[in-house]
Amino acid sequence: MLWTAATALLSHWRRRPLQLATLVLGLSLATALWSGVQAINAEARASYARASSVLDQKELTQLVPRRGDSIPQGTYTKLRRAGWNVSPVIEGDHRIGNTRVRLIGIDPLTMPAKAGGFKTGDTSNLTAFMSQPGVLIVSQGTALKLKGHTQMQLQISPDMPDGAAFTDIGIAESVLKRRGELSRLLVAVEQRPDLPSLGTIAPEIARKEPGDRPDVAQLTDSFHLNLTAFGFLAFVVGLFIVYATVGLAFEQRRATFRTLRSLGLPLSSLTLLLVTELLVLAFVAGVVGVVIGYVVASLLLPDVAATLQGLYGASVPSSLSIRPSWWATGLAMAIAGTIVSSAESLWRVRSMPLLTAAQPRAWLRATTVGIRVQLAVGLLLLIMSGALATFGHGLMVGFAVLGCLLLGAALMLPGVLSACLAVLQKRSSRALVTWFWADTRQQLPGLSLALMALLLALAANVGVGTMVSSFRLTFIGWLDQRLAAELYVMARDESEASRLRAWLPARSTSVLPIWSVAGEVLGDRLEIFGAAADDPTYRDNWPLLSGTVDVWDRIAAGRGVLVNEQFWRRKALGIGTGLVLPGGWEVPIVGVYSDYGNPKGQVIVGIDALAAHYPHVSKLRYGVRVPPADAAGLKERLTSEFGLPAENVIDQTTLKRQSRAVFDRTFVVTGALNAFTLGVAGFAMFSSLLTLSGIRLPQLAPVWAMGIRRRDLALLEVLRTLALWLATFIAAVPVGLALAWVLLSIVNVEAFGWRLPMRIFPMDWLILAIVALAAAIVSIFVPLRRLATIAPSDLLRVFANER
Amino acid sequence: MLLSLRNVSKSYTTAEGRLDILKGIDFDLDAGESVALTGESGSGKSTLLHLAGGLDHPDTGQILSAGRDIAALDDRGRAEYRRAAVGLVFQQFNLIPSLDVAANISFHAKLAGRHDREWERELVGRLGIEALLSRYPEQLSGGQQQRVAIGRTLAARPPLVLADEPTGNLDESTGDAVIGIMLSLTKSAGAALLMVTHSSRLAQMLDRKVHLSGGKIV
Repeated sequence: MLWTAATALLSHWRRRPLQLATLVLGLSLATALWSGVQAINAEARASYARASSVLDQKELTQLVPRRGDSIPQGTYTKLRRAGWNVSPVIEGDHRIGNTRVRLIGIDPLTMPAKAGGFKTGDTSNLTAFMSQPGVLIVSQGTALKLKGHTQMQLQISPDMPDGAAFTDIGIAESVLKRRGELSRLLVAVEQRPDLPSLGTIAPEIARKEPGDRPDVAQLTDSFHLNLTAFGFLAFVVGLFIVYATVGLAFEQRRATFRTLRSLGLPLSSLTLLLVTELLVLAFVAGVVGVVIGYVVASLLLPDVAATLQGLYGASVPSSLSIRPSWWATGLAMAIAGTIVSSAESLWRVRSMPLLTAAQPRAWLRATTVGIRVQLAVGLLLLIMSGALATFGHGLMVGFAVLGCLLLGAALMLPGVLSACLAVLQKRSSRALVTWFWADTRQQLPGLSLALMALLLALAANVGVGTMVSSFRLTFIGWLDQRLAAELYVMARDESEASRLRAWLPARSTSVLPIWSVAGEVLGDRLEIFGAAADDPTYRDNWPLLSGTVDVWDRIAAGRGVLVNEQFWRRKALGIGTGLVLPGGWEVPIVGVYSDYGNPKGQVIVGIDALAAHYPHVSKLRYGVRVPPADAAGLKERLTSEFGLPAENVIDQTTLKRQSRAVFDRTFVVTGALNAFTLGVAGFAMFSSLLTLSGIRLPQLAPVWAMGIRRRDLALLEVLRTLALWLATFIAAVPVGLALAWVLLSIVNVEAFGWRLPMRIFPMDWLILAIVALAAAIVSIFVPLRRLATIAPSDLLRVFANER
Repeated sequence: MLLSLRNVSKSYTTAEGRLDILKGIDFDLDAGESVALTGESGSGKSTLLHLAGGLDHPDTGQILSAGRDIAALDDRGRAEYRRAAVGLVFQQFNLIPSLDVAANISFHAKLAGRHDREWERELVGRLGIEALLSRYPEQLSGGQQQRVAIGRTLAARPPLVLADEPTGNLDESTGDAVIGIMLSLTKSAGAALLMVTHSSRLAQMLDRKVHLSGGKIV
């Protein structure tokens, strides 16, 4: 009996293959973007965990300094003598050639076995590892970059992430100039039972338990949250398609349901068959979606990897691994999404009286009441969004503001459109125009989900586009100010740097050292830069967000420190607040500067003060001011007289071009996701119009019979779609701008620590409008063709019997 | 002569092959005359009505209305003919669901450029639908919907009213009432009426009866 009933139910799809394709494709697209984004996130997180496990030994308990950034060698000796099985680590950033690597110095003799990550091999290898010139254990990629730039032997390890190197602690101590200053101590699992407590031997250090999330994972949370939000948005838009298609398919089959039940099929069996049918469709669509998602993720991953590298210095491979958990999650999302979007239709079947006739048009009209409820809920959500934006704090609140804003606006759209159409209908006196508005209004319930999807996609495009363009404009302006020097020179070693310092002043307007040391300030590891603050370059160009009147004088005199915006916001600092820099040097904050693209804190002190407090500072890099016309000549002389390779003398234009390229690549992913979301919304529109075109004839046939040509009716259908599209676009602009404001003023501040001014780019909207218009025209093409070529006999059938 | 069909034939291609519906029909209708078109199912009554209304075109033959051949008109010409010269009343009422009763009634008259408020008011009064003007079709009973459909047709003052089993969906007493109103109003408007019906009782109420069988008038 069940199989016979199933055959009858499935015959619906056989007769309507396009409807079936719409359903499967809608769900596939929704699943694809969601699972694609999840695949990227999973790959990145796995990579952070792998890198952290190797580089930070997060699986081991560690001992870290309570204040400052180093543990004295003596403390380590004391602990060893007291019986503590600990192993020292010295780490820091080190530049080899043009490559900055995170150098981790370890002691292979005391290193706990669980630390893993590197293998020195047999005794002869161990000897080579521990003696000059030393060994660098690096990844294949890093080895390629370092080749020819170091005398150290390069040993490739497949476990090593890019941009990091293990070496012997003695060599690291010498290279990083951290004599007797250990970064941390690894605590072996095997310890004597009667160890004296840490507090009695070394109160200046603290225990750090294993299992903390990698720092980079925490740092990149906001980025992955952004991706997830986009994926979820596309998923919701896709579910709109499923909801509309399943709803109509159920309504169209109501007569079949009624007949099957009249013939004795129990309601429970009918429900079981329908649920099974949905699950099978969801499974098929889920598999297709996960496969598309894999392709999408593979295409996007190289750009995501570049973004993560550029923004956070996080190393993520550009190739994707297939993870069973990700497959399972994608399929589960497809099935859960189908069940959620079909629940209402299933419930209607369960509660349907046996003799209720099929009413596809009534099904659409029934949602008119829902439009009013939607309007009220939408308004409530907008109010909630405003309240959260005003009174809330934190990244999650930022996303809640976004969620309420988008959902509220989407829910309100059909109600607002309906009200506008009612006014237009009332104001028109010509019969055809009145009918046009009235009929458009009647189509709203059927199109509302597609229009809501379109609104979400357009608003996301306007909002994210405004954010990116505002960011770009600000970033470029900021870059122009900050990269003021005509040439940037990097010496290969300190002696060459010394010669450069002597040679350059006679051939340039001024020489600006770019020296920095890494250190811990207020618990954050950051870079401390020195600035030649008495040089007009800084006074004229350096972009300050706020500062004291005599800010540069105080910096030059070593009586003040500048902090970057993100550190200032994160630590809630103020002008005048004292800051304790490594070594106990306390200095007040005299200004705040914008520092876009840098996720970490940064401070600037006077160059002389930096050199005085941190004498081991690397003095390799310089900005050189010359009249722009002389820059090329000086670059040539630097290359010829010092033999500096081209990559060690970079002119301002090249540097700006490189920075802009990094910036643009950062937002390639955002652009791609925007386009995908718009594509899904376009498909939602297509699917809704196609669905409606199937039940439009009874509405159009009487008008045709009264003397309106099919061609004119088709033209009116185009105008209707364009009118609704235009109205949705107009509604999307303010919603998008509100979205941009939330992104710039709340989400970015919480996620990255910088606040950007919002700029308006009407030309971008025009381009978006043209793209969306093209999508609208494509979406109506098939239904329109169907209408324009419909035979009079099909229209006459409307008058012959009830469809 | 208001309407003349000369040697009109019409066939359809079906899955089973070509199906001849009308075979060389000749038929005349005078202005103000009412004619009942009867015949068994599939005899071609509705097809003849559709051809006369410019909704479909014949394979061969002429359909002359006020001297011009409807069959020779292009899509634009036939649309103009339907707007200006014909009023249609269907079994399924076929009101416009998005418009209220008042807008439905004036719709065709406005399209035809013959909107007359006084005449419309009189029609509404005689059809007894004054209280329904602000309602939508879905809120009306079958009888009410058919009265609105008649009002819509007659409000446009067409010289020819074509009705395809207008009482087919109504019970007998409602159907009689509707036909009574339609005949009376058609006469008042000076329009000719060609009505398809299965009912010989209703056919008796009209001036003349034409019977179709096997695609021919017998």
